[in-house]
Parts: sequence; structure tokens; C-alpha cells
Amino acid sequence: MSTLASEIVRDTSAITAADLARGGRVSGTIGDITTPDPRMVCRGVNVWYGAKQAIKEVGLDIGKNQVVAMIGPSGCGKSTFLRCLNRMNDTIDGCRVQGSIQLDGQEIYDKRVDPVPLRAQVGMVFQKPNPFPKSIYENVAYGPRIHGLTNSKAELDALVETSLRKAGLWNEVKDRLDQPGTGLSGGQQQRLCIARTIAVSPEVILMDEPCSALDPIATAIIEELIDELREQYAIAIVTHSMQQAARVSQRTAYFHLGDLVEVGETNQIFTNPRHQLTEDYITGRFG
Amino acid sequence: MLVLLAVMALAYHGGRKRAITSAGGAGQISTLHSLPGYYGFYAALWAGIPALLLLGLWLGIQDAVVTGLVKSALPAQTLSGLSDGALGLLLNDVKNLASGSIVGGTVTPEIQAAADHFAQLQRLANWAMWLLVLAAASGGMVLAWGQTKPRMRARNRVESIVMGTMFLCSLIAVLTTLGIILSVLFESLQFFQKIHPADFFLGTLWSPQTAMRTDQVAAAGAFGAVPLFTGTLLISFIAMAVAVPIGLMAAIYLSEYAPRQVRSVAKPLLEILAGIPTVVYGFFAALTLAPVIRAIGESLGLEVASESALAAGLVMGVMIIPFVSSLSDDVINAVPQAMRDGSYALGATQSETIRRVVIPAALPGIVGGILLAVSRAIGETMIVVMAAGLSANLTANPLASVTTVTVQIVTLLTGDQEFDSAKTLAAFALGLTLFLVTLVLNVIALHIVRKYREQYE
Repeated sequence: MSTLASEIVRDTSAITAADLARGGRVSGTIGDITTPDPRMVCRGVNVWYGAKQAIKEVGLDIGKNQVVAMIGPSGCGKSTFLRCLNRMNDTIDGCRVQGSIQLDGQEIYDKRVDPVPLRAQVGMVFQKPNPFPKSIYENVAYGPRIHGLTNSKAELDALVETSLRKAGLWNEVKDRLDQPGTGLSGGQQQRLCIARTIAVSPEVILMDEPCSALDPIATAIIEELIDELREQYAIAIVTHSMQQAARVSQRTAYFHLGDLVEVGETNQIFTNPRHQLTEDYITGRFG
Repeated sequence: MLVLLAVMALAYHGGRKRAITSAGGAGQISTLHSLPGYYGFYAALWAGIPALLLLGLWLGIQDAVVTGLVKSALPAQTLSGLSDGALGLLLNDVKNLASGSIVGGTVTPEIQAAADHFAQLQRLANWAMWLLVLAAASGGMVLAWGQTKPRMRARNRVESIVMGTMFLCSLIAVLTTLGIILSVLFESLQFFQKIHPADFFLGTLWSPQTAMRTDQVAAAGAFGAVPLFTGTLLISFIAMAVAVPIGLMAAIYLSEYAPRQVRSVAKPLLEILAGIPTVVYGFFAALTLAPVIRAIGESLGLEVASESALAAGLVMGVMIIPFVSSLSDDVINAVPQAMRDGSYALGATQSETIRRVVIPAALPGIVGGILLAVSRAIGETMIVVMAAGLSANLTANPLASVTTVTVQIVTLLTGDQEFDSAKTLAAFALGLTLFLVTLVLNVIALHIVRKYREQYE
């Protein structure tokens, strides 16, 4: 155990140096915020809602083929941070974002970047399943249609099928693709939303408490799905369930009152947290 | 009446006090089934309702009973050889004499005697009525007081009485509608006995001027309603062509694009349009817009009537913009933000989101709002009277003068009329048809709106 701890300490110092080298600010976060092969790199992110600061100096990498779980008590800023990653916060009045967020080396808050194609690259699945009031087929075909991803009806059909297959929904809905997506069960709706997101072939998938409106069986199916999706996408998930974070993620980030308190391998966070707040939270002393 | 209220107040206080006493003092109120006030209300209702019912019943039959008594007391030779009408006049004289008003005929001693008798009976009846009502009130009060025990479920009883009252109130609206339908229906049936329904619904000539007296020279009258319905349709169509696109786009701007400050100013302003009296719209159409249209039309070499369907339709369209925009705005706002977020998260632009997600989701509600606006346009009268004229032309030319169903109803029923000629009865037939059309539209609209609501709740 002690060797592991010392390793992490060494890592932290290395990161601090790397941070300084990038010219970024040193955050107060304990643990390794970087990952070897990052898809998204965030440094010194601050978000304000009007005069209220929601997150402070957050830095975190989101790696390829990896699930990053963000945990923390309500109001800690984890969802706000997630919504920064595909500029969904743009739709909220009075929200201001500062700092550096890069997707494949490209600054996403750069003035020249259009948030619309960005959101096709960084997809998002919401807390409450929100299928459009259209048929199952149209729900999945919506994204490819608006981005002109396919040239023919056959191509679109094939894309809808592969997306539904990847979301593990194909066998359940293949005979009723023309029925409304709102008529599915909650878990199926959420998988439909995931299929819809996959259909525009994003690089990163953000999930904002994707299972909090679902029963345990539907949750288990989605968690299994997340694990499979990891092979192709970088995934960031916000969750209230620590068991879920432990089950699906490789790295875990603990947020507290707008600060990113601690980041580390999921195993280490749950067995050997280094910050007192993290330990208090995961042992259920508050939150 | 005041006395009755006083008795009710007394019953309330007595009932309340008795309840507290029967519970064993102010400290023991919790042993009562209901709060003490409910026992008070229970007693007050017992005092008030039977007494009021009795009062109403008495007032309803008193006149008939007293008149009957007076009539039977009249000497037989006065009555002999009188027709029903003459007898009615005689009794009226008696009543007028008794109340001290001017009497039409000569006052014979018999009539004078009958009048005195009538007045006496009237006084007696009044006294008896008040005594009886007070007795009923007190009786009810004492009865309710007697029932006041801790285990009595006063709250449940009071609430069921209140519920019954509310049911009666809701019944009044329904019964009024039913009454209107029936009265219009019977008059229409009379009309259809004089004029064959096929002539009415399929005839293309509308000229309702018939002779009122046999010695008058006038046309036989033609009651083909087709020109009226086409006129109504034409004007409604022009109005909807104005109101639907403008109202819908205004609604989309206000709900999706407008900054909060703009919205908070623009929405009430738009709704002011709905508050302008239609007469004002009417003279705006007739005096301002119609000459403009005429001038433009003539400069293009078109022949334009000074009262045109176009002027009326345009102004009516402006009038119903707020209906369309306000209702559409509400349903667009009711589309959950999650729908928009879901679309944005797939990389859709705002306009794609509105066109492909928000509007389809809100469409049933928007259609419902438009149908309500249509029934409003069909029923509109004042603008058309002033701006579109009275001549029943069967035409699809918006520059010609046309007339509508509602306008004809107005012209048929204003001025001196006899109420059994085909001309006046035609108004009822038109009214019935119009009512049925708007009723069907409203039912469809409500059905669509309800279906839409189920989708998100």
C-alpha cells in the first residue's frame, strides 16, 4: 500500500511540473489529472452562473478508451463541468466559462469554433431519457440527417441498425422501428438516446447521471453497455451512485463545492482515498 | 331575508358552542370528529337551506293560489259569458286596484270587493309565509343542534352539501347551453317546415325580403344559404391566411429567440390586440383599409368594390393574431427543455431544433389553437358588417363585396319583425348551422389539445 501511495505522490509532482510547463495554473487537486492518451484536455476551467462561481480551476484529462467517473455531493459542479465539455452551457443565460478545454488539441472555446459541429463530436446523454416524439427509426436517423452523413436510404438504414445494435437495443425494437420512441420503457428510452448519440459517430460521449431515472435491471444493462462502448469512445460520466462509479469507470474524479478535490484510478479512490473529503464522502459520512 | 341570515348566524354559533360543550370544554376539542366550526356550519346549513327552499316554493305558488281564491269568490254573474282573455283582464284589474295602480276599466262594486279580498289574502299569505319560513329555519337549527355529538361527522356532511352546491353551479352552464340549442332548434324546425332544407343548404340565391303584410308588394323571398357560407369561408380563409403565418412566426420568435426583456414587453402588447373592440377594428377596416385597397387595386387596373372581402379578411386576420400566437407560444413553451437539449447535444442548430423537434412536438397544440381561431373568425360579425357589405354574392373574388352568416342574422333580426315569418326564422336556421360548425371545430380542437397533453404527462 505504501508503495502505491508514494508512486502517486511522485506522479502528482510530475503533473505539477507538466502543468507549469504548459503555462497552466497549478490546481489544488490531489492525484493525477492527466492520462497517457488524452482525447480532451482541460486546464484551469472556471464557470460562473451570473455572479456565482460554480467551478473553480478544474483541470482534468479525458482519455481514449476510458471511462472517467465524476462523483460528489449535489451542487458540487460535476454536471456543470460535464456541460462545459460540449458547450451545452452556451444555452444557459448568464453562464460564463474561462480556461482551456481542448479536444484533440483544438481549443473548443475558441471564437472560431462553432459549437454545433463540436456537439456532434462530443455527444451527450442526459439524466432523464429524452427521446424525441418521433418514431424509433427517426430518433436515431435525426443526427445523421441533419449532418448529411449518409447518401442513400440504404446507408441510413444500415447506420440506424448498427447504432441500435451498438446500444444493445436492436433485437428489442427491430420489428417496431416505426413506433414512437416515447412508447418504450425508461431503460429502452435511455438506450435509444445512446443509440441516437452514437449515430453521429462522436469521439467523446458525456453522460449526465444516465441511470438515475432507471430501475436496477435497466441500470445494469446500461452499465454493461458503457463498458462495451469504452472500446470505441472516450466516456465521461457523472453519477450519484458510488457503486456505479466503481463498477464502470477506470478513473474517478471527486468534486466538492466547485473544486476538483481528488483524481485517481478508480480502485485507488475507493480503497485508499488520499484527501479527507474524498474519504468522508465515499465512506458515507456526508453527501 | 335578513332575519333568515340572522337565524343562520345564530345556528352557526349555537352549533359551534354545543360541539365544544359536548366535547367537554375548549381543551377537549380534539375528541370531536370535526373542527367545531364544521358543527356550526352544519347547523347554519340546516337552518338556511330548508327555509330557503320553502320560501322559493311558496313564492312560486302563492300567486296562483291567491288568484284562484279570488276568482272563486267573485259573483257568478260577473264571470258568466267571459272568455279566458277577458277573465285575465278582469283579474288584472283586481290586482291593479289592490296595489293602488291605475285601472283600465270602470270600477264596479264587485271588482272593488274582489280587490279588497285580494289584498287581504295577499297580506295573510305574506305573514303565513314568513312565519312558516322562520319556523322551518328554527326547526332545522334545533334539529342540527340535537345531532351535535362528538362522533357526528359534521365535516363530511358539510363537505358533501358544498359539493352538491358546486355541482348545481356547473349544471347551470350546461343547462344554459342546452336551452340555447333547444330554442334555436325548434325555431329552425319551424323554418324548415316553410322552406325545404335542400333549398336552404343548396340554393344559391339569398334574398330574404318577403312581404310582411299581404297588401305589400315584395318578392317571394329566396333562402339559399350557399352564398352566405361561401362568403363566410372566403373571409375566414383570408383571415387565417393572415393570422396563421404571422401569429405562428411571432410565437416562435417570442418563445425561442426573443431575449427576456423583449418578450416581457412584446407579449402583453400583442395580447392588447385581442382587447380592442371589434367595432373599432370594423371602422378601421371600412374607413382606412378599404379605401387603400381600392386605390391600390384601381392603380393596377382592377375593379374593387368599396366594401371588399379582402379588407374585412385582412383586419379580421390581424384581430385573431393574438389567439394564434398566444396559444402557440404556450404550447411551444410547454415542449420540455430536455427535447431541445437532446437535439443540441446531437449537433443540431437552433433553427434545425425548432423546425425538426420543437414544432413537430408542439404541432397538435398549435393546430388546436388555430382551430379555435377559425371558429372565432367564423363567428365574427362586426368587422364584416362594416367592411364587407351586405350583398350576398356567390363569388371567390376577394375584391368583391360578400356577406357572411352572422351578418345576415343581424340584418334579419334588427328592426320591426314578426316572429313567425320565414325571414326571421331563417336567422335561427343560420344560427343553428353556424353553432354546429363552430361546435364541431371546438370539439376537434379540444380533442387534439387533450391528446397532445397526454404525451408529456
